[in-house]
Amino acid sequence: MKYNIIIFPGSNCDYDAYFVTKNLMGAEVEYVWHKDTSLKDPDCVIIPGGFSYGDYLRAGAIAKFSPIMKEVIDFANKGGLVIGICNGFQVLTETKLLPGTLLQNKSLLFICKHQYVKIVNNTTPFTHIIEKDRVLDIPIAHNEGNFFIDEDGLKSLQDNQQIVFQYCDKEGHINDNTNPNGSMLNIAGIMNKKGNVLGMMPHPERTSDPICGVTDGQQIFLSIKRFIEK
Amino acid sequence: MNYLGANVRKATIYVTLKPQVLDPQGKVIMNVLHTLGYDNVSEVRASKMFEVTLDVKNDADIKQEIEEICDKVLANPNIETYYYKIHDE
Repeated sequence: MKYNIIIFPGSNCDYDAYFVTKNLMGAEVEYVWHKDTSLKDPDCVIIPGGFSYGDYLRAGAIAKFSPIMKEVIDFANKGGLVIGICNGFQVLTETKLLPGTLLQNKSLLFICKHQYVKIVNNTTPFTHIIEKDRVLDIPIAHNEGNFFIDEDGLKSLQDNQQIVFQYCDKEGHINDNTNPNGSMLNIAGIMNKKGNVLGMMPHPERTSDPICGVTDGQQIFLSIKRFIEK
Repeated sequence: MNYLGANVRKATIYVTLKPQVLDPQGKVIMNVLHTLGYDNVSEVRASKMFEVTLDVKNDADIKQEIEEICDKVLANPNIETYYYKIHDE
């Protein structure tokens, strides 16, 4: 299978994503510069974490106007797999490929730590090999991860099983005490209605290599691999 | 106003969080005001202000163009609203 990783000025998790998909997952991987006007024949596009355009205006707001995003939107609309991690999630909400908005963390602090998340939907291309309700340790590192959506939008996310990950503790409890950033319903990741576009604040690429001590993030990349290669 | 050449105007655009969106920054500022004794302050909302200079043919165009700029770029309609003032020369 082949990944394309989009690089904006300010992306900084691009090489982590490259290393995991290429070295650990054995996939073909190509970088795609944000000014490019075509993708390089991907099965899955990764929009990596970082601070695209310095987070100017709003996180992800400027990146949506990069030439390559037209191609990414087109690819997604045709059913191609797209995963946005952290800043990539913010870019996907700004481009309207995903609903909602990532607001500044409720604490006003940049949060960088290990975080437990629960798999609440394991019927997606990104989570189908993981047991439902399994708790994974996938770290977060963000200033704007506080997921917000209006009431109708939230109901629609629930009705369509679009919530994929929720913040929790080691035992899987989902409540205010296990919510690091103020996200509605402890939402850590959602997908679009069609189920081919995923946005998540936690960084699976940071807990995939055994050298990190935890390899829970591999589950996401293994799911994608098996989905594409089945 | 120069009807023969460029019509350069300035606008001030305010982008504010919708009332239902929590503004933690505003809350922290309010708490500081309370600790300083300003107990009469009941709410603080932080917002963004943009000063835009642009060249337009007429006043109808400028409104349309500013609203387009806000809708496409400056404001995120999920969480923000905007208002603006167009300044006389």
